[in-house]
Amino acid sequence: MNAFWIATLGTSVIAFALKYSGHSIPQHWLEHPKVQRINALIPIALLSALVAVQTFTEKSKLMIDHRLAGVSVAVIALLLKAPFPVVVLSAAITSAAIYNWL
Amino acid sequence: MSRVEAITVRDSLSVSLTVGAYGIAFGAASVANGFSVMQSCLLSLLTFSGASQFAVVGVLGAGGSAISAIATASLLGVRNGLYGVIMAPRLRVKGVKRIVAAHITIDESTAVALGAEKRDHEAMKQGFWLTGIGVFVFWNLFTLLGALGAQAMGDTRAWGLDSAVPAAFLGLVWPRLESNRDRALAITSVLFAIAMTPILPAGLPIIATAFIAIAVGLRR
Repeated sequence: MNAFWIATLGTSVIAFALKYSGHSIPQHWLEHPKVQRINALIPIALLSALVAVQTFTEKSKLMIDHRLAGVSVAVIALLLKAPFPVVVLSAAITSAAIYNWL
Repeated sequence: MSRVEAITVRDSLSVSLTVGAYGIAFGAASVANGFSVMQSCLLSLLTFSGASQFAVVGVLGAGGSAISAIATASLLGVRNGLYGVIMAPRLRVKGVKRIVAAHITIDESTAVALGAEKRDHEAMKQGFWLTGIGVFVFWNLFTLLGALGAQAMGDTRAWGLDSAVPAAFLGLVWPRLESNRDRALAITSVLFAIAMTPILPAGLPIIATAFIAIAVGLRR
C-alpha cells in the first residue's frame, strides 16, 4: 500500500471516528471556553500554513513562480468580496496564463 | 417527519448545491496532486469534510508523508467532533441513524440546523438532514467530475490547478479571519511555514502551526 492509499484510508477512518465520538461523549466535557477558542483558531493556523506551502514551496525548496501571481489575484478577489468559485477560477486563469505564455 | 417548510428546503438546497460544486475544485486538486480518481472519490465518500480533504492532498502534494497528511487532516476534522457534541442532544438518534448523522455532521449541516432552530425544533432537524444529505450527494458527484476533468487535462499546471489549490485554502480561511488576533495568527502561520520549509521535513511546518494556535488560544 503506497502513501496515497494510506493517507486516503487513514484520514477517512479518523475523520469518522472524530465525528462519531462527538455524537457520543457528554456535552459538558468540551464546554470550556478555552477549548472552543482553540477549536476556532486551529483551522486558521493550518489553512494559512497550507496556503503558504502550496504557494511558495516545491519539494521542500522555497520558490517564487506563477503560483504567487495566481494567489495574489485570489487575495484581490477576496478583498472585493468575490464568491468562492470566482476566487479559485481567477487564481487558476492568472496562473495558467503566466505558466503558458511567460 | 412532519411537513417540511419551503424555507428549510430552500436553505438546504442552495447550500448543498453551492458547497457541493466546490467538489469540482477538490476532485481536480486531488488528481493534480497525484491521487487517482478512485482515491479522490473515496476521500469524498468516506472522509466527507472539505478542509480535511484539501489538506490531505495538499500535504502529500507538497511532498509530505502519509502520517503528516493524516495528522493535518485530522486536526482540521476535530471541529466536526465538536459539532457532533452540539448536534447530538438536539437530534437524539441511536444505532444506524446515529452513524449516518455523525457522517454528515459538517460545517454546513450544523450551520443550517442551528439557523433553522429559531423557527422550531422540527425545522432544525429537517435542516440538518436535508443539508447533510444534499451536500453529500452533490459533493461526491462534483468530486468525480473534477477528478475526471483533471485527469483529461494532462499537465494540470498549464490549467492553473497548482494555484487553484492554495486559492481554495485561502477562500476557506478568509471568512474565519474575524478579529485582529485571527489575522495575526494567520500571518504568523504563513511566515512560520515558509521559514520552516527548508529546515523541517515536508508536512511538519504545517502541523507545527497548530501549536501556535493552541498557544494563542491558551493565552486568551
